[in-house]
Amino acid sequence: MTDQATDPLAALKDKEPSKPPRSQWIDVWEQLKHHKGALFGGGFLIFITLAVIFGPYIWQVDPQALDIRNRDMRPIYVALWDGNAKVGWFRPLGTDNLGRDILANLIAGGRASMAVGWAAMILALVIGTGVGVVAGYFKKADFWLMRLTDLVLSLPILPLLLVAVTLFREPLRASFGPEGGMFILIVSVVGLTSWMQTARIVRGDILALKEREFILAARSIGTTPGKIIRRHLLPNVVSPIMVSATLGLATAIITESALSFLGVGFPSDFPTWGKLLADAVQRMEQYPERVVLPGILISLTVLGVNYLGDGLRDALDPRIRGR
Amino acid sequence: MLTFTIRRLILSIPTLLFISLVIFLLLQLAPGDPMAQVPLTVPPEVKQKMREALGLGQPLHVQYYKWMVQFFWIEPQVLFDHWFGTTFAEGKQRVISWQTRSPVMDIVVQRMPQTLWVVGLSYIVGILIALPIGIYSAYRQYSVFDQTGTFITMIGFSIPPFFTGPLLIVLFSVQLGWLPSIYDTTLVVTDWATFKLQFFQMIMPVMVLALQTTAQLSRYMRSSMLDNLGQDYVRTARAKGLREGVVVMVHVLRNSMIPVITVIALGVPAIFGGAIITENVFKVNGIGQLLLTALFANDIPMVMTLTFIFAILIVLFNLIADVLYGVLDPRIRYD
Repeated sequence: MTDQATDPLAALKDKEPSKPPRSQWIDVWEQLKHHKGALFGGGFLIFITLAVIFGPYIWQVDPQALDIRNRDMRPIYVALWDGNAKVGWFRPLGTDNLGRDILANLIAGGRASMAVGWAAMILALVIGTGVGVVAGYFKKADFWLMRLTDLVLSLPILPLLLVAVTLFREPLRASFGPEGGMFILIVSVVGLTSWMQTARIVRGDILALKEREFILAARSIGTTPGKIIRRHLLPNVVSPIMVSATLGLATAIITESALSFLGVGFPSDFPTWGKLLADAVQRMEQYPERVVLPGILISLTVLGVNYLGDGLRDALDPRIRGR
Repeated sequence: MLTFTIRRLILSIPTLLFISLVIFLLLQLAPGDPMAQVPLTVPPEVKQKMREALGLGQPLHVQYYKWMVQFFWIEPQVLFDHWFGTTFAEGKQRVISWQTRSPVMDIVVQRMPQTLWVVGLSYIVGILIALPIGIYSAYRQYSVFDQTGTFITMIGFSIPPFFTGPLLIVLFSVQLGWLPSIYDTTLVVTDWATFKLQFFQMIMPVMVLALQTTAQLSRYMRSSMLDNLGQDYVRTARAKGLREGVVVMVHVLRNSMIPVITVIALGVPAIFGGAIITENVFKVNGIGQLLLTALFANDIPMVMTLTFIFAILIVLFNLIADVLYGVLDPRIRYD
């Protein structure tokens, strides 16, 4: 205190920062760590993604292999209360009515469901961000793009999805093969019908950011609009995009399963979680596990993604962060 | 307010026209052929005649125009005739289903009550459960009740209806045997016994749909209550000595209901969409199930009409939500 009083210039000097500056993402992670639900959700999502990617290398059973002698086996845990049940360690989750291994089917089904979910989510994000950025940045495009968004928002989505998938199934199957065609079709219809919320949020943020001084500064030194968008605007709207990405992943997984459940999804020999569930409903009195296992996997994945989105929303909001 | 309502009503006409055009073009671009089921022995020129009889020979814009005339001009006349016993629609061409060769609207009218009963009741049940949960968990924020409520609504949000449906059937129809698993639409309520049957068969479909509504609405109710509980007028109300019940249930609740009511209105079309899956699970022969069977049978006029009815519902309830928002909140007036 006394030196400051004696040396008035010291008060004018810049203080040394007490600790090195931290990146925004470290702050976000610090906040996210306190949200237990988000941690569990994110952990489960990573676990299930790794499981469906590497599962087939660890559990090397062909999901399509028929094994009529060992059909209709129960999961191993049934032996706990029913000594006479047909169980075996070589089929830990049992087999279906054609003797196909259920564990292998669940892994293969998870691959399809997660792939559809991720691809559709990314497609929706790309369209939504593109429309939002263009509408927010270019005034001329704003009116028409937002009217288009409103119109697409008032389309009846599930009926239209059903119509599109049923009607365009055959030609796409013919040109890309039964699985590839269906994958392209489902990803594109889900992506094309779920970009609107992202577009609205991104547009709102861009409209606010555009008026800020740093954009004015960038423009004054002659930065082209394309570069302003890439360098200055997009990094600033990453957080709302990430939140809508989690929601989009959850909706895409549920929509794909719903389509499979209604019988308009992938071909019958190609397992997805929704397909496995739908196929098992007929005999669920005798073999409830065949409905419950894929159902639980869908629900847990979606629950995990939703919790992750909830936590991300809190963590990415700088007004809440640090509290 | 009236001018705003009228302007919104007029604006919704181009929206509906655009949607009908999208649906029409989607169905026209689709490669499905209604003659695919006709035996191969039928010569091609006869097939061509059959196609023309279905109205398929004409160019696209003529087909679209004819559908619009049938849907917007002739069908209302039929309805008018039905109500007042007039004969405006006599001998005019209505929208005909390719499956049954009967007018599409007649079938829709037959199927509508089942859907409306199940969907409407589930929505009311969902609202009645969701609002108290939302209010109480906002009032006691971060309490055990709030945490549990958040967890349960998160689960309700994440479990898809095509999983809860079979799960409930296994539990209540198969294991316990309390409730029927199939919705019997031929049941006519005449006395106490049939009423009980009707009640029991509606429990499961209604609860499955209500779970989705409850999960969503209670979250909205909670955050809306939280926004209002921290406001100055609440402190003023408490300071002037109002009882806590009056403060929360009258002052805060009324203000918090404004956004929630619009969410309720906006959610109606979504729950009709969700009913497609629930109807399929519980074998309710409502319009969702009708849409599915029509799709599989390539019955284009039926699919077109049903999808358009869903679109009308969405546009209508968007309009209702907008108008309600202005009516309830005098601060927001659009004119």
